[in-house]
Amino acid sequence: MTELVRGYRVSTRRSSELGLLVAAWLIGVFAWILVDGATGLGSLGGWTALVSAGLLMLGAHAAVRWQMPFADPILFPAVAALNMLGLAMIHRLDIAAEQRAVANGTASPTPDVYLQITWMTIGLVLFISVVFALQDHRKLQRLTWTSGVAGLLLLFLPLLPIIGTEVNGARLWITLFGFTFQPGELAKVALTIFFAGFLVLRRHSLSLVQTKVLGFDVPRPKDLGPLVAMWLVALLVLVLERDLGTSLLFFGMFIVLLYVATARRSWVLLGAALLMISGFGAYHAFGHVHIRFATWLHPFDDATGTGFQIVQSLYGLANGGMFGTGWGQGYPQLVPFAKTDFITSALGEELGLTGLVAILLLYAIVIERGARAAVATRDPFGNLLAIGLSAVLGLQTFIVIAGVTKLIPLTGLTTPFLSYGGSSLLANYLILAILMRISNSARQPDSVKSENMSTVLM
Amino acid sequence: MNRQINRVTGALVFLILLLIGNLSYVQVFEASQLRSQQGNQRILLAEYSRQRGPILLASQAIAESTPTNDTLKYLRTYTNPEAYAPITGFYSLVYGATGLEQKENNILSGNDSRFFVDRLQQLLANRKPKGGAIRLTINDRAQRAAYKALRGRTGAVVAINPKTGAILALVSSPSFDPNLLSSHDAKSIQDSYESLLANADQPMLNRPLAMTLPPGSVFKLVTAAAALESGKYTPDTVVPGPASITLPLTDKELGNWTGKACGPDDQTTLTQALAISCNTAFASIGMELGAKAIEEQAKKFGFETSFALPLIAAASHFPTKVDLPQTAMSAIGQFDVRATALQMAMVAAGIANQGVVMKPFLIAQVLGPDLSVLQNTAPQAQQRAMSPINATLLTEMMVNVVTNGTGSKARLPNVRVAGKTGTAENTPGESAHAWFVSFAPADDPEVAVAVFLEHGGGAREVSGNALAGPIAAAVMQAVISK
Repeated sequence: MTELVRGYRVSTRRSSELGLLVAAWLIGVFAWILVDGATGLGSLGGWTALVSAGLLMLGAHAAVRWQMPFADPILFPAVAALNMLGLAMIHRLDIAAEQRAVANGTASPTPDVYLQITWMTIGLVLFISVVFALQDHRKLQRLTWTSGVAGLLLLFLPLLPIIGTEVNGARLWITLFGFTFQPGELAKVALTIFFAGFLVLRRHSLSLVQTKVLGFDVPRPKDLGPLVAMWLVALLVLVLERDLGTSLLFFGMFIVLLYVATARRSWVLLGAALLMISGFGAYHAFGHVHIRFATWLHPFDDATGTGFQIVQSLYGLANGGMFGTGWGQGYPQLVPFAKTDFITSALGEELGLTGLVAILLLYAIVIERGARAAVATRDPFGNLLAIGLSAVLGLQTFIVIAGVTKLIPLTGLTTPFLSYGGSSLLANYLILAILMRISNSARQPDSVKSENMSTVLM
Repeated sequence: MNRQINRVTGALVFLILLLIGNLSYVQVFEASQLRSQQGNQRILLAEYSRQRGPILLASQAIAESTPTNDTLKYLRTYTNPEAYAPITGFYSLVYGATGLEQKENNILSGNDSRFFVDRLQQLLANRKPKGGAIRLTINDRAQRAAYKALRGRTGAVVAINPKTGAILALVSSPSFDPNLLSSHDAKSIQDSYESLLANADQPMLNRPLAMTLPPGSVFKLVTAAAALESGKYTPDTVVPGPASITLPLTDKELGNWTGKACGPDDQTTLTQALAISCNTAFASIGMELGAKAIEEQAKKFGFETSFALPLIAAASHFPTKVDLPQTAMSAIGQFDVRATALQMAMVAAGIANQGVVMKPFLIAQVLGPDLSVLQNTAPQAQQRAMSPINATLLTEMMVNVVTNGTGSKARLPNVRVAGKTGTAENTPGESAHAWFVSFAPADDPEVAVAVFLEHGGGAREVSGNALAGPIAAAVMQAVISK
């Protein structure tokens, strides 16, 4: 598609996006066919699911074409490919559950893939709504403090009685009307908006230097407030919700934004120091953190107890080897939580190292494209917001995948766009919409921009 | 800000590269180790997807895989499970495999390189690959007779064909049912396994191969062999046999189990000493020969060697660097002498086979998936332990034990049986282990047997005869009366 800008035709690359989207959809369709073929348990119902996923993606594409024609053409297809691969793996694990039920003579479980497609629908509808409603990302800056309060509320919502739900020791969920949500997923978007908005205003004072210690610039003590506050929030999450992953994610994202906003490496060092102190403290103070670390270092010492999850995950990955067993031909159902936290092991078993590297490269593309939008946009808030959201995606991906592959201790986080889980899909499609909006403003020619600018109150 | 954004992007991409590096390590370099890690179900699951080959006796199968309509395509089942458990082991989803299921896994699962052509054919014909089979040397009648005789007791039986080394019976009691551990229900497997582990009688212990006990008086056969081989003794040589002797360098008394002298004037012959299991005589002979000579003789029978049947048998042991009183005690199978039931059966078999000890083996044939014979095991001599003449002399001494001496309970109608009883004191206060080793027919041996009953009974030398003797007789009878 081209857009007429002051008499010149400017390519918007929307057709590339469409082509890549079709390719992403086909990857999912082929995966689905291979799963059905290998397991011999295909069902026609799957096709309606696949077609509806495809139509949804087309709808979202149309919205982008109309409302943000200059948006990055790679972001959405990369995300769609991840989502389609996730659907295929969830379908594959549904089949395993069905086979198990047949073997045990129990009732067939409801396939999870339909609920996941429902969430994908809600996620894409949200995406489309944001594409229409958020005409300028700078509007979000006005929501700085609202987002901050909302983010904190969401983050600590699971602590409330009755609705707060504990799963496997972590208190990260709420149950409403029979549905389970993970409000922390939405909190990460809200808090990124808050940090970006907050730091845009405070970055100059925060980058003031008082002294140099050992060659490093040290911030003024009175500027330590925000960092310490965020550190305390992260600690609270760790202590009250017992979740290392979420805690690490929020603190890491804050440090990234602090660094980008102030250009002071000392903030990173201070943050790392605080992280070590709290890690060391938590290791000694809390049994569950202690066990996590011990399990990480020596998972085989208690392979059927505390080490069970990670050991099963490693077995799956090892079984996959270089090229994988092929769709439907491994035993990913042996890994606990294969549809959620451990979907990487499931994919690693059936697609092998080759498949996982391809998936990781898709994440790298999403991060790089998000960062490209961050660099190209011309307002500091947009810079911070885009890199913050990209960093959230990148850090979350790293923390969860590194956890299930024993690079770092295991934490409970979903794998963006791949894992089964509604809150996660919703939040990540929200991030995608915002990133694409920022990229649209970054990539559109100045003339178009100046026309739009006038409508924005700053 | 852009410089910082680029640095952050670089850091994030670096994290992705870290993930790729770690995954390469896990999925490629560490993978084969992880795949073979004990408790990894995947290998078993893959194995369960094709038909595992049977473990066969002469005709019938004692372990075979039958199709199911389960996610695990085949179920492993065992016939006469308790009697054969120490041989077959189990094949478990949860705990991996043991016994021959483990040792011969390559053949049974069809992974052995000998099946390359078979696999290729199966692949081309698009058939699911099948495993090969193994045929055992076990004599079903002897095995079942031995298990029946041991039932309710704690002990072991090994029977060997003295001429070939083929294992005819290998029984451990109490035993377990491998079907319970080879089911497809992980929970019930775990429960069964836990309760077997918790059982103080250790039903999963392979007593005939893994357990080394003081052999007591059955070790006098080794001392007698050493005496004859030294050239200084004949069966009629007069040896001292007082009611008790004071062990040199100590004030300890070593007495006979009868409490009496072994003959008039505190003297007896070597033959008579063996017949009535005279401790003082064999202690004196041992001190006369020296520990080195007995040790050498024991080694020739197979002591200090760990045998692979392919089930692994522990090495039996004769102590080194012993002083004179320790030599005296060792010569009668006490002090630190330890032997497996397999080893004592090999002593009997060596004497029976004109002095030549044959290498013990359990697998007669390796068969392909279509049950065509791929390999026959050829009997191999392990070592010559005695000259043929001395072996014949010792055989007659052992026949005398059964006809005139302590081994009366192992007599068989119309068959000359050679045997030796043993009662080994272990821990003071606990009842002794009862032993019996024998072979028959004495003139043309078909079977050599060793039996032990752990803490079999307290009644001294009588218990070896009274308790273990009839078990040996039953096993020999089962082999001989074809």
